[in-house]
Amino acid sequence: MSAYEIEIILSRQLADSLTVPVFIVNPEGTLIFYNEPAEEILGKKFENTGPMPVDDWGTSFFPQDEDGRDLAPEELPLVQTIKNKVPAHKSFWIKSLNGKYTKISVTSIPIIGRSKKFSGAMAIFWDNDFIG
Amino acid sequence: MKVKLHGTRGAYPTSTLNNQTYGGNTPCIEIINGEERIIVDAGTGILGIDFDTFYKSDRIDILLTHLHMDHIQGLAFCKPLFNPNKEIHIWGPGGSPESLQSRLNRFLSPPLFPIPLRDIPCNLIIEELPNTSFTLGNFLITSEFISHPGPTVGFRIQCGSKSVTYMPDHEPVIGKAHLFPENDWVSGFRLAYQSDLLIHDSQYSKKEYINKVGWGHSSLDIAAEFCSRTEAKHLVLFHHDPAHSDEERTQMFENFMRKSNYNFPIELAVQGHEIEV
Repeated sequence: MSAYEIEIILSRQLADSLTVPVFIVNPEGTLIFYNEPAEEILGKKFENTGPMPVDDWGTSFFPQDEDGRDLAPEELPLVQTIKNKVPAHKSFWIKSLNGKYTKISVTSIPIIGRSKKFSGAMAIFWDNDFIG
Repeated sequence: MKVKLHGTRGAYPTSTLNNQTYGGNTPCIEIINGEERIIVDAGTGILGIDFDTFYKSDRIDILLTHLHMDHIQGLAFCKPLFNPNKEIHIWGPGGSPESLQSRLNRFLSPPLFPIPLRDIPCNLIIEELPNTSFTLGNFLITSEFISHPGPTVGFRIQCGSKSVTYMPDHEPVIGKAHLFPENDWVSGFRLAYQSDLLIHDSQYSKKEYINKVGWGHSSLDIAAEFCSRTEAKHLVLFHHDPAHSDEERTQMFENFMRKSNYNFPIELAVQGHEIEV
């Protein structure tokens, strides 16, 4: 029987109550939760997919840099946070379900709870048009 | 294994005529296996323990779920702490930048209490708990951080094939009517899984909870859903709100039971009761 650490559970509670897309991954990079706004980006519902490995979720929103070059999963802030256990931030373009490219900023933070164990990471996507 | 409920009331002790049925002392329970005993939480209920009769051994172990006042306020007046021949082990949650000793000292020192912790006469040993398992005699104890403001652990105490899970202050889901559908995402799930006895927070009615979201406590409904989900076998509803009279608490419980259909025994915690596990 498995269960997530309390800091991961509470991160989901926070994500669940936000209107911005939030992604939560475990230390292996597996996407273990994404909220409803994030479902719109992925085009999938969490209740249907359950956890997703990094190779699946890392490319599903077609991230590109300013020059239109596809970003590999390891270039994404969330994957960098998993690797380095430090916060990361990046602005890049994603393709939404209607085919339109949108510039977003992503901030990811490591989740380290009271037991001082690295439990995973959380990323928040900010729509730059909305911010501007 | 037996569990004795010395204090079942949350928040603050009460002594009115309207609170005598379920008791007015704040949380403290004793887990008993033959001559072996451990104490969990040190609310005013700890003052009802007969240390002279049942604690002949030089060593006493007290586990604390967290340091909110209702769970430690009996500690200051706990007789063995003032006996230089006693070795008292206090086990409580770590996970704070400030040590457990320093946090306890905020209460056990002037001006809140005349004697600073360092001058307490017993041999006091303070142990910080992470998510861990350890043994005390024949008891296997597992502590795990759970959802409640500030560093707070729940305990699973196993003795032979029997287990008790104690979560007096626990809000397993915040601001929702039901737990998350996946067991992995339920705070405290591992601790309570298939326990023979679950002693769980149930401070509010479902209606009251709506105005107490994030305060760290459960409704009766969530406590029962948590028990059902974790497949615990017997639920004792704990941490009664001192604002509720016995009559109100009984009414709240009966209303809940009329509407629910769980297949495990559910009862309200009663101060002084012993439960055989």
